Amino acid sequence: MSKHIGLRGRVWFQALTGNNQPTSEDPGTVLATEAQIGEETALFLCVVPDPSSRFPCVRDGQVGLEEAFTLAHHLRRVIAEDREKPKAKKRPVIAVVDVKSQAYGRREETAGIFFAAAASADAYASARMAGHPVISLVAGQAFSGGFLTHGYQANRILAFDDAGIVIHAMHKEAAARITRRSVAELEELGHEIAPMSYDVGDYAKLGLLYKLLQVDDPQHPTTADIEAVRHDLIDAIQDARRGASDLRNRLQSEAAKQTRKAGIAVRAALEAQWQNS
Amino acid sequence: MNQTSFIPEFVTRKSFIELDGRKRAQSLFDDGTWRELVGPFDRMESPWLPLQGIAPQFDDGCIVIKGKIGGMPAVAIALEGAFQGGSIGEVSGAKMTAALDLATKDSEVGKRTAAILLLETGGVRLQEANLGLAAVAEVIASVLALRPHAPVITLIAGTVGCFGGMSLAAGVSSYVVMTREARLGLNGPEVIEQESGIDEFDSSDRALIWAIHGGEQRVGMGLADALVEDDAEKIKATIRGYVKADLRPEYRSQLVELYGDRIAALDTSEQIDPINLRQKWNSKTTGGLR
Repeated sequence: MSKHIGLRGRVWFQALTGNNQPTSEDPGTVLATEAQIGEETALFLCVVPDPSSRFPCVRDGQVGLEEAFTLAHHLRRVIAEDREKPKAKKRPVIAVVDVKSQAYGRREETAGIFFAAAASADAYASARMAGHPVISLVAGQAFSGGFLTHGYQANRILAFDDAGIVIHAMHKEAAARITRRSVAELEELGHEIAPMSYDVGDYAKLGLLYKLLQVDDPQHPTTADIEAVRHDLIDAIQDARRGASDLRNRLQSEAAKQTRKAGIAVRAALEAQWQNS
Repeated sequence: MNQTSFIPEFVTRKSFIELDGRKRAQSLFDDGTWRELVGPFDRMESPWLPLQGIAPQFDDGCIVIKGKIGGMPAVAIALEGAFQGGSIGEVSGAKMTAALDLATKDSEVGKRTAAILLLETGGVRLQEANLGLAAVAEVIASVLALRPHAPVITLIAGTVGCFGGMSLAAGVSSYVVMTREARLGLNGPEVIEQESGIDEFDSSDRALIWAIHGGEQRVGMGLADALVEDDAEKIKATIRGYVKADLRPEYRSQLVELYGDRIAALDTSEQIDPINLRQKWNSKTTGGLR
């Protein structure tokens, strides 16, 4: 595992909003602020590590109970405030993603982290369905339940083309154990089987990404890098406003037509049989 | 209850848990009204498992049945816990989202079509990793698209339980129905022990597992709606009730302030006692759905 977990999230949140501290009402693990992007104001959200969190299992940047409900709170507020506005005026939501995983803790399971995560995913999806452009910027890691809670309901997903970016269902060690392989075998397999790969270049082949962004060192962005990324985010916002408010674009990209062939065929078959039943 | 009346009922009841995923889904429908869509004879199987030397299955462990329940259109989507742990892959995930999306399409034009998700799953299929995770995100999105138009009912009967990403699909459902033999959570006990140590969670402690993840606890704390016996007729009647129910004005996963406040009120200096939490969350003074 790389050591920068959560750092890049904070770096990019700061770069895009000029702010890197939680508000006084929020836990120390969630950054939420409104900031200018292009001609408009957007809600920026990020989950970060906090060594002093009162929940021990989120201290390294995992997404837990407080994080999920805090994200949902900010999203629900923006949805409510913009309810009467036309689609073009609804504020964009930018999720800056750098999450190690969901919290693996007993407190979390007892208090229903599955439900907290669901409430956050619901809020993100509700924002998207209400017409807010929801954009995820994967600045570091995007693992499993952490990503499902924070970012995977976005209309458009952007990620840096960098070795430090990992989007995956489970970290290597655990995935190797469960699928009864060595880490080396798992890495080898990833080169042949795109959905198993830990490489963001292979992830891009799945057709789920809107764009891979070129930045020399995502942990230390230059002013030019930040301007370029800002530009890409604005493009993504505009593209999201032009497109559907569901996730169909993830099946329509050229890459998806190749890699997700089986899933696309299933959809077509089911639709045909549904009509006749 | 005396022995003579107890024993006949127990021995004559038809167990739901003993049915496989396909039979479970079929058992929910009005007789003679259902049909399986994209079934095993269509041979739509995982393209990724054979590449890894694992035998695929012609239905990819996901069964879609369309028909009528209580006279109303409905679709049931069952994950077969006996195939790859009920895991979500590209094909099984696509079946689920496609069925939900078609139910939404019909519901939007006035043909309200409820969906029942029978979830016995450990979550994402790691052999299809990122396509499984993407499928889970899409299932959640499709449940949320259908929910304003028709009931989405998650039924967890056991004994695999519902874990991993699919627990979020349960979390956003209109209703969740569980048996005492069912479990619901994001991370299973073994995963927590592996990631956070045996002091955090001793996965051999069966009593602890059921106290936290079991159906009785989830219904008791208000995160699931109905606790049903392992009886196919009773489960069918419960599901029928929800299929026919009026749409809710508000869903549990929208109650962010209520639950956010409850989390803020937790004492995290030690582990949380499940029974204590159940009493707190279900008491009238702190709100709650029912």
